[in-house]
Amino acid sequence: MVQTHSDYIIEIQHVSKCFADGKYVLSDVSLNIRRGEFVTILGPSGCGKTTLLRCLGGFLQPTSGTITLNSQDLLSLPAHKRPINTVFQKYALFPHLNVYDNVAFGLKLRGVERQEINRQVKKALKMVGMTDYEWRDVNSLSGGQQQRVAFARAIINKPDVLLLDEPLAALDLKMRKDMQLELREMHRQLGITFIYVTHDQEEALTLSDRVVVMREGQIQQIGTPTDIYNEPQNCFVADFIGESNILDATMIKDELVHFCDVDFPCVDKGFGEMQAVDVVLRPEDIYIAEYQQDNKAHENLWQLKGEVKSCIFKGVHYEMAVLTDNGYELLVQDYHAFEAGTYVGLLIKPEDIQVMKKERTENTFLGEVLSDNQIRFLDTKWQVSAEQLTGLTVGDAIVVSFGFDAVVLEDDFAEGQLSGEVHFILYKGNYYHLTIRSESSEDIFVNTTDVWDDGDQVGIHLDTDKIRIKKQEI
Amino acid sequence: MFHFNDIHTRSRWAWPYIIFLFCFVVMPLVMIVIYAFEDNTGAFTLNNFVRFFTRSEAINTFFYSLGIAFYTTLVCFLLGFPAAYFMGMEEYKVSTVLAMLFILPMSFNSLLRTIATVEVFSLANIPLGEGTLMFGMVYNFLPFMIYPIYNTIQKMDKSVIEAARDLGANRKEVFIKIIFPLSMPGVYSGIAMVFMPTVSTFAITELLTRNKIKLFGSIIQENIQSGVLLNYGAALSFIMLVFILLTNLFNKTEGVNDEK
Repeated sequence: MVQTHSDYIIEIQHVSKCFADGKYVLSDVSLNIRRGEFVTILGPSGCGKTTLLRCLGGFLQPTSGTITLNSQDLLSLPAHKRPINTVFQKYALFPHLNVYDNVAFGLKLRGVERQEINRQVKKALKMVGMTDYEWRDVNSLSGGQQQRVAFARAIINKPDVLLLDEPLAALDLKMRKDMQLELREMHRQLGITFIYVTHDQEEALTLSDRVVVMREGQIQQIGTPTDIYNEPQNCFVADFIGESNILDATMIKDELVHFCDVDFPCVDKGFGEMQAVDVVLRPEDIYIAEYQQDNKAHENLWQLKGEVKSCIFKGVHYEMAVLTDNGYELLVQDYHAFEAGTYVGLLIKPEDIQVMKKERTENTFLGEVLSDNQIRFLDTKWQVSAEQLTGLTVGDAIVVSFGFDAVVLEDDFAEGQLSGEVHFILYKGNYYHLTIRSESSEDIFVNTTDVWDDGDQVGIHLDTDKIRIKKQEI
Repeated sequence: MFHFNDIHTRSRWAWPYIIFLFCFVVMPLVMIVIYAFEDNTGAFTLNNFVRFFTRSEAINTFFYSLGIAFYTTLVCFLLGFPAAYFMGMEEYKVSTVLAMLFILPMSFNSLLRTIATVEVFSLANIPLGEGTLMFGMVYNFLPFMIYPIYNTIQKMDKSVIEAARDLGANRKEVFIKIIFPLSMPGVYSGIAMVFMPTVSTFAITELLTRNKIKLFGSIIQENIQSGVLLNYGAALSFIMLVFILLTNLFNKTEGVNDEK
């Protein structure tokens, strides 16, 4: 059989969306969705997931890019002509209509005959477990019931694709879990392609055939739930999905990686030799046991030794923070409790080490030379020494680079040479890797051992002796 | 410390107004009822009502007033709804500016506005009569129609519009099946706020028709002012009160159905 590209029901190509304020909420998003697939778009709030869904539904027009449905252009169709229906986040039931009329709305518009409508509505309500609620006022229903009606209303038109915009977000935990199972079951019965948007990583992993992780308008990773969990492609994905230890490491050679001052055998290849990388260790993949000082066998068995700093019961397992002898803090989960103060040994199997390419090793910004000892970048003027500008003339476009430790953060945001906001925090075992968003909306990366919170306003000090300047190549 | 949640403390704060209400709203109403059922000498009688129902002049004025009120309300609705709809669907900033613009004239006394209108008509050599009366009525009462409708549409959860489009409704269908039915509570309040006050208006009528046309309000006013027919005037007021109560009841039941 010839496989055509129509294997994909929806093809999203290079879609970008720029709002009136000039901010890109989607930048160059490409995604193909297979017929009958359950795809979840996952990301923190403001990552563009809802915007993407609204582009599919026809409520927003992308600034650029194409979207096809069944190989036909979708963007030229207005919302009401798209064979796509949506389950809205806050249900958006019609308050002036009862349950029956809400569900029948789509069929009535298409002029389906009464008896057929009757049959279809009964069928849809039965599917969502709302039989006998036909004549109820929708405002008298609980959140979960309204959700079911909204679902029945959306599937009655038999759409090619069903969009679900955080449909379970307003329900309590228990109800949400039950509804997740039901959604999965309804997807199986209906055979419709589901595109589900959520910020709840557990929900995404439970429900989907494939997960699309988004951040700041860009796709970070697309994969099956197990891929996403076990082989995150970058620190953001590793940190966002589940608990993780993310550490700086050096790939010594194929299948051997060095972190926490120890060489670990691993299964990853192709990173090159002596290459700086990040590793992800899932807390449940770290083996832990009490370290017996006088036992010779233990000395060779355990790769890391340390003291348990805290131990919290999490329901099924215990979560422990272990401070290793060489100064790294690791999160470990185990069915057994090791109380704070216990001296333990840690072991990590080669296949449980996920090695990732480093996204960046230093800060780089574009700027220009203002005079023989002054340059401009990050919308700020900086004094530099004449030696740093050797070979450059006034007006030259330059590339400025400096390490993560050239930056010092100040509590008082008026203190520094410029100010910014803590945007993203990543704990690297013995220090924090912070993303600071400057006033000019550029990201500065900083390594620090001080504790900051997301959203903190900080003053930024830069040690200009540590910056390197070179001419921008055109 | 104030105990804001203490119901007794809070109700105590309302006492001044409750006393005011009793003296200037409840008592006059009670007096209207008493006077309506008395003759000049203070003896009980139903003659005041018999007089109303047997004199074609009063009955005719009553129905004529209802007619004028009906047309005023209709014109206000036809002009007001599209304006309210436009403002209600606009972005918040735009709509508040527009709302300010049409609420602003309301802060001037309606008599002043009406006198000004009369001047405009006389300048333009337009004879005063039914047409100018209708104009004056609509001019005065239009904001009372627009505001409740605007308010309802503005507060409407706009996601239901997207939901309707999503289910296949085009613009027209969205309006007919969603926006219009959902704006009905506002329409009912608008009608209530325009219809009854126009029936009982007398100042606008007097000024804008040079007393050529009399509405029910004018008749009540004339009878009460004459002194001799005070009890008859009270009876007419009583009839109107009953009418207002009836329409309000109708309005209430409709409103409840829609808002719940």
